[in-house]
Amino acid sequence: MSLLDVRDLQVDFGRRHIPAVRGVNFSLDAGQRLGVIGESGSGKTVTALAVMGLLPENAHVAGSVVLDGQQIVGLAERGLARLRGNTVSMVFQEPMTALDPTMRVGRQVAEVLRLHQGAESGPARERVVAMLAEVGLSDADRIADAYPHQLSGGQRQRVVLAMALINSPSLVICDEPTTALDVTVQALVLAKLDEVLDASGAACLFISHDLAVVSQVCDQVLVMLDGRIVESGTVEKLFTAPEHPYTRGLVATARLDLTVPGQRLPTVDDFYAGGDHG
Amino acid sequence: MKRAQLLTGLVLVALVVLTAVVAVFWTPFDPIRVVPGQRLLGPGWPHVLGTDGFGIDIASRLMVGARTVLLVGIISVGLSAVVGVPLGLLAGQAGGWVDEVVMRLADIVYAFPALLLAILLASVFGASTLTAMAAIGVATIPAFARVARAGTLEVMASDFVLAARASGTSRWGIARRHVLPNIAPLIGVQASVGFAMAILAEAALSYLGLATPRPNPTWGNMLRDAQQFLFVAPLQALWPGLAIALAVLGFNLLGDGLRDYLDPRLREVP
Repeated sequence: MSLLDVRDLQVDFGRRHIPAVRGVNFSLDAGQRLGVIGESGSGKTVTALAVMGLLPENAHVAGSVVLDGQQIVGLAERGLARLRGNTVSMVFQEPMTALDPTMRVGRQVAEVLRLHQGAESGPARERVVAMLAEVGLSDADRIADAYPHQLSGGQRQRVVLAMALINSPSLVICDEPTTALDVTVQALVLAKLDEVLDASGAACLFISHDLAVVSQVCDQVLVMLDGRIVESGTVEKLFTAPEHPYTRGLVATARLDLTVPGQRLPTVDDFYAGGDHG
Repeated sequence: MKRAQLLTGLVLVALVVLTAVVAVFWTPFDPIRVVPGQRLLGPGWPHVLGTDGFGIDIASRLMVGARTVLLVGIISVGLSAVVGVPLGLLAGQAGGWVDEVVMRLADIVYAFPALLLAILLASVFGASTLTAMAAIGVATIPAFARVARAGTLEVMASDFVLAARASGTSRWGIARRHVLPNIAPLIGVQASVGFAMAILAEAALSYLGLATPRPNPTWGNMLRDAQQFLFVAPLQALWPGLAIALAVLGFNLLGDGLRDYLDPRLREVP
């Protein structure tokens, strides 16, 4: 049985039932890494939040999300809280705001540990420092005592990564984890993510709008457009033989090595102008 | 400039606190005992600010008055913070009908005149420092609840609360570990401003005879006593008036200064 099984997931918002995700199906095996690609508003993040049970109260969810044999849709807050941070965890996009400014980062990581394991403060501290070192923070002992504003963006994102990984979850959801970082730091964080995911054997749902980033971490990819999955397959297949015109557009715009100097750069609209697009 | 404001506030507040603390152990003269031979003396020596209509040293009475003002401020602000902050937090975090009910109740208390409440309490229990503290405390609960609610709404919408929820933190855990520390500066500012309001209210109530009864001196009832000698000894009314004005100014400046000091948008980048 697969670790995560999403069947016919539909999410809409508000009284007017504005649709965000319309019938999404996919599944994820233990240790597998799945990338989700799509533009802003394509429903990537909403899908991820639905898996976490973190959608706001005005969201209506239909369909089924089974995580580790447990149905998430309709599960009570108490049951969700037990899963979150333990079975499934999440890395957020914005490292500047994902950490509480009033709390030392070491304590924030320890908090996740304490919530699910009830660890004593002594050994907890050791495990936190070890985890911080594992995500590539040198001088982890000092960083554990720092406040978020004293750290750089890359350091903070590693702290967020440590928070997500400290309980060895079976699934880590990464929502554009490197978008807010500059390119060099992005490469370092991605390499580290790859390494720690390998070490822990956790599955990963990796959300991004960047093909290159996804191909660095994932083997399988879904392409989302307007709340639907328009294409899925391995990374190689997507790059070499994209089927859907939207995907073809995405790939073409990413292949800067094929551009001819002096000529106009390709846009997605050259390939795909259908659907809700103007 | 901003710093000067904060400093002035701090100095004034420190002056009040210091005076009150000293008054607990020592005053130059007995602040209550009537001395018929020394009525209405002007400022001089040994009565620095003169004496009142009962021949009591005004400086000593002012010092004891500072004690009362501080006590009333601490207890009433404490009361309204202890009740108001959790209510605002609850309203902000729960949302929906809970929010609606709590905030409408706050509106009702807010709309009910504090003076009426003070008169009510004074007529039922007899005017005392305690009734004044209760009236002022209850009347300022809505202010704390509103500030706490507004702050809570802002914090609840932040990414780190979402991240905390994604780590499995309960509602109660989020309120205690994330919301409360983040709204603490707001509460501190409100407490400082509330303190200034409490001093003014206490002075008004004791002026009207609805708080600490005589012969115990408060700035308000000193002002009232001075009133009948306004043409004979006008300076007598000046001192308690000045004390009230400076104390209120001090706490207001402190509150404003703290607000600016704690606002990260106004803070200089180190």
